[in-house]
Amino acid sequence: VGETVAVYARLVRAQVRAQTRYKTSFVIDLIATTLAAGLDLGTVLVLFRVAPNIGGFGVRQGFLIASMAGCGFASADFVMGNIDRLRNIIRLGTLDAAMVRPLGVLGQLLASEFAARRIGRVVQGVTVYGIALAAAHVRPTAAHAVMVVLAPLCGLVFFSAWFLAGATISFWWIDSGEFASGFTYGGRDFVAYPVTVYSGLFRRVFGYGLGFAFIAYYPGLVLLDRPDPLGLPGWTGWGTPAVAAVAAGVAALLWRIGVRQYRSSGS
Amino acid sequence: VANLTASVGRSAASWPPVRYRTFVALVSAGFRRFSTYRQAALAGAFTNTVFGFLRCFVILAVAHGSGNRAAGYDSAQLVTYIWVSQGLIATVGVWGDSALSERIRTGDVVADLLRPVSPVVSYLATDLGRAGFAVLTRFVAPVLVGAFAFDLYVPRHLLTYPLFAVAVLLATVVSFACRYVVNATAYWLLDARGPLLAWMLVSNVLSGLYFPLAFLPGWLELALWWATPFPYLLQAPVDVLVERHSLAGSVGLVAGGVAWSGLCLAGAWYVQKRGERRMVIQGG
Repeated sequence: VGETVAVYARLVRAQVRAQTRYKTSFVIDLIATTLAAGLDLGTVLVLFRVAPNIGGFGVRQGFLIASMAGCGFASADFVMGNIDRLRNIIRLGTLDAAMVRPLGVLGQLLASEFAARRIGRVVQGVTVYGIALAAAHVRPTAAHAVMVVLAPLCGLVFFSAWFLAGATISFWWIDSGEFASGFTYGGRDFVAYPVTVYSGLFRRVFGYGLGFAFIAYYPGLVLLDRPDPLGLPGWTGWGTPAVAAVAAGVAALLWRIGVRQYRSSGS
Repeated sequence: VANLTASVGRSAASWPPVRYRTFVALVSAGFRRFSTYRQAALAGAFTNTVFGFLRCFVILAVAHGSGNRAAGYDSAQLVTYIWVSQGLIATVGVWGDSALSERIRTGDVVADLLRPVSPVVSYLATDLGRAGFAVLTRFVAPVLVGAFAFDLYVPRHLLTYPLFAVAVLLATVVSFACRYVVNATAYWLLDARGPLLAWMLVSNVLSGLYFPLAFLPGWLELALWWATPFPYLLQAPVDVLVERHSLAGSVGLVAGGVAWSGLCLAGAWYVQKRGERRMVIQGG
């Protein structure tokens, strides 16, 4: 096992070395990706400038939920985001090369497509999350401390699962284009606002059916000591790890089926 | 090289820069080229629709939180703003592509320069053809879904419809010219990734895709409208459609679109001329 980890570490190190070789280019990339993540949270603040309360939440509470979501998404994007290049990899037939090597296919793809610049987003996300926690006056209890760490970690697993599942679709539908973004980036936008904002079938499907409500909204309620206006019990936020685990399980299963039935482009 | 320089010097003085029939043929070729990607268009329309629902609920909550009017828009106008802007992303081509900069980097652009039509004109024609196909798929699909699920704003003046169509056409031209300039930086930088990223960053938020520009502080909004082309990518056509201003105001927005598309095209033309002088053909 130690040997395998060492090989992956080597692959990642090689990528980082290659990407940081052109320093100016790398720094511009790093700044741009960091700023791009800032725009999403900036949008939340602009909306709260127009309306003092959105879906029954004030700016401090709303911003805590948004930054918690942003933190989880940024780390998932850092670890798993580049898997969305799978479509091109299948099209070009380079997946075959990964298949004949004595390492896991997924691990190889993640290591060889690793984008070092996305670390900027993670750092930014964690910093803003810290500020939001302070601004929302979260009471410093042991349970809160656990939730503060647990929620973004579950977000990481959950969004990674969506990135993986979205990319796996290209095993069957090579022209899926932006289809998966509806759930990955769409999911991020969904999670950034209190679930009370949405209604009807859309809330039921996206929030509860697909599980996005459990990633930032319910953990956020736990941190804010608020009852759920939609009537679920107070401990719902603690179910987040279970939701993340189910998502990860389904994504892993899909990936297994996809890789098994993969036929090369034949060249 | 002598041949190349000679032919690059071609159409500089001639006006018009392209014959009408050539232009139409190029537009229809662009339409046909992009109409082969039907599945990708379907996938894209689906994603626009998901984002339409998402942003629509959020903006309605914002409207609700500020007394059912936000920055002068009522709920129906806001809902229309969301669905139409989702439909316009791909039509106007706000996000753009890196095709030209790639061709400059690899040296393939030399094939474009050898043709009797300036690349600014031929790329514009192709882009208009692309937009034409996008209207039929990426614009119509989300707007129809939005119309089924929510109450959209129905324009009071009949004239608003043709004005909106013109505003969308102008937005496509402004967007094209801006993206052309961004891509053409590759003549100097070889790798236009930095400028492309910067374009992605500012065009999204400053064109009014994330929220109506009227949500911003007044001085900032004013500066954007008067000093940058960004509002003419999305906000202007949408404001025309939801009749944010009087009919005269809508005509004014279209006039602004004419001015900016002229200015941006002239900019693209100038950058192309300078770039040709600067260019080193890569490869053998």
